Amino acid sequence: MRLTLFNVVVAVIIAIAFAAVNAAYLVWAERRGAARIQRRPGPNINGPFGLLQPPLDGIKLMAKQLTIPGGADKILFIAAPVLAMFPAIMSFVTIPFSENIVAKNMNVGVLMIFAFAALGSTSLLFAGWSSRNKYAMMASIRAVSQTVAYEIPMLITTITVVMIAGSMDLMEIVHQQSGSILSWNIFPLFGRSHNILMPMSFLIFFTCTLAETNRAPFDLGEAESELVAGFHTEYGSMGFGLFFMGEYANIVIGSCMTTILFLGGWGCPFGLFPGVWWFIIKLYLLIATFIWIRWTFPRTTIYGLLNLSWKILIPLSLFNLLFTAGLLKVF
Amino acid sequence: MVAYFSEIYYGLISLLEGMVITFKEFFKPTVTVSYPYETLPMCDRFRGHVELIENEEGQPNCVVCGLCERACPSGCISLAGEKAEGEKKKVLTKYVLDFTRCSLCGSCVEACNFNALTFSKEYNLASRRKEDFIFDLLGRLEERNR
Repeated sequence: MRLTLFNVVVAVIIAIAFAAVNAAYLVWAERRGAARIQRRPGPNINGPFGLLQPPLDGIKLMAKQLTIPGGADKILFIAAPVLAMFPAIMSFVTIPFSENIVAKNMNVGVLMIFAFAALGSTSLLFAGWSSRNKYAMMASIRAVSQTVAYEIPMLITTITVVMIAGSMDLMEIVHQQSGSILSWNIFPLFGRSHNILMPMSFLIFFTCTLAETNRAPFDLGEAESELVAGFHTEYGSMGFGLFFMGEYANIVIGSCMTTILFLGGWGCPFGLFPGVWWFIIKLYLLIATFIWIRWTFPRTTIYGLLNLSWKILIPLSLFNLLFTAGLLKVF
Repeated sequence: MVAYFSEIYYGLISLLEGMVITFKEFFKPTVTVSYPYETLPMCDRFRGHVELIENEEGQPNCVVCGLCERACPSGCISLAGEKAEGEKKKVLTKYVLDFTRCSLCGSCVEACNFNALTFSKEYNLASRRKEDFIFDLLGRLEERNR
C-alpha cells in the first residue's frame, strides 16, 4: 500500500474514532460491570441498557466551561490533557489488528509503542505541576514514580518476548505464534522457547499494564480518599474528559499489546479461521478482566506498590530474561 | 528465601479467591429497586408524619382532648373542636401539623388514649415551599374517604 495523504488522513480518523468510541463505551461497560458485581443494575435509563449514557455525558462535559485556576501555568495546563490522549492515538497507528488491518507496520513497532507509553507519564506530571494545587502535585509525583517503577519489569518482560521472536516487528511477533494455543507465548510448550515460566511473564506484563495505565488497584495517582481527585483535581469540562478518554485508550493499547505479545494476536486458539475477530475477542476479554480486577481489589498503598515492583516483579522478570536466554541458546 | 516465594504464592492465591467471589456475584440477580418506577412497601415501624385514624363512619376517632398538643415537645400540633347543640362529644374541626418543626418523636401517638393518631407511611415529601409542610390532617382524612 502506498503512503498517500488520503491514506494517512483516513488512518488517523479511524484511529481517533476507534479510541473515542472505545473510551466512551468502556466507561459504560465499566459502570455496568461494577454495578453487576455490586448487584445493582447500573445506568439503564437513557436508551436501551443505558447505551445513550456515554454520548450524553460527552455532551454535558463539552457544554461546561473550562476554568483555569489563578496562578496556574496556562500553556502546560492546556497541553496536559491533549498530551494524555495523543500518545494513545499515536500508538494505534502501528498496532496490527489482523494480517491486513494495520495503518503502518514498522519493524520497531514495540519500541514505538513503549516510547509513546512513556510519554503518557509526562502528561500526568504536566497536569500536576501546572495546576498549582498541592494534591495534584503529590498525585503526579506518585504517578510518575509508579510509572517509572513499573516500566522496568514491563520492558524486561517485553525483551523476553522480543528475544523469543527475534524481532521487534509486531506482525512478526504474531506470525511466530501462529498455529494453535500451544504456540502462543503464554503456553510455550510448542513455541520456540519451551520456557515453562512464560505464564508468570504474562502475569508480570499484565500487572505492569494495570499499573502503567493507573488503574485500580494501582490508581495511587487519583486516590480520591487522600488526594481529592489526584492530578486532574483542577480540570473540569473536556479537559477532564480528555484525561478520562486517555485512560481508557491506554487500557485498549495495553490490552492490544498483551494480546500481541502473549496471546497470539489474531490467531485462533485451535488454529481455525485466524482473523481480526479473534483479536477483538481476546482484546475485550482482557479489558473485561481489567474492569473485573478494578471492582475486586482495594487500592494498595504507595509503599506496597513500589515494593511489589522492586522486590518481586523486577527480580522475577530479570530471572526469566536470563532463563529464556539460556533456553534459546540450548534449543 | 522460602518465605519470599510462599508470600508471592499465597498472595496470588488470595487475589484469585477474591476474583472468584466477584465473578460469582456478577451473575447473581440485582437486589436493588429502581426507585421512581418501583417502590417497596414501608415496614411496620416506619415513622412518617402523624395521621388521623378514622372510625367505621369515616369520622376521626379524635375527641379533641388536646393531649397530643400538650405532649408535643416542639409545638407542632394545633387542633380545635366544637360541641354541637345536643351532642355529648366534641367534634374535631381543625387539625394542623407543622411538619417543619416535627422531629417524629412519637410523643403525640403515645399520648393519645383514643386510638386516634398513628404514623403514616408517607415519605415522598420533597418540596421547595415551606407551606407544603404544614399539613391539614383533617383535610387529608376527608380526601382519603372521597
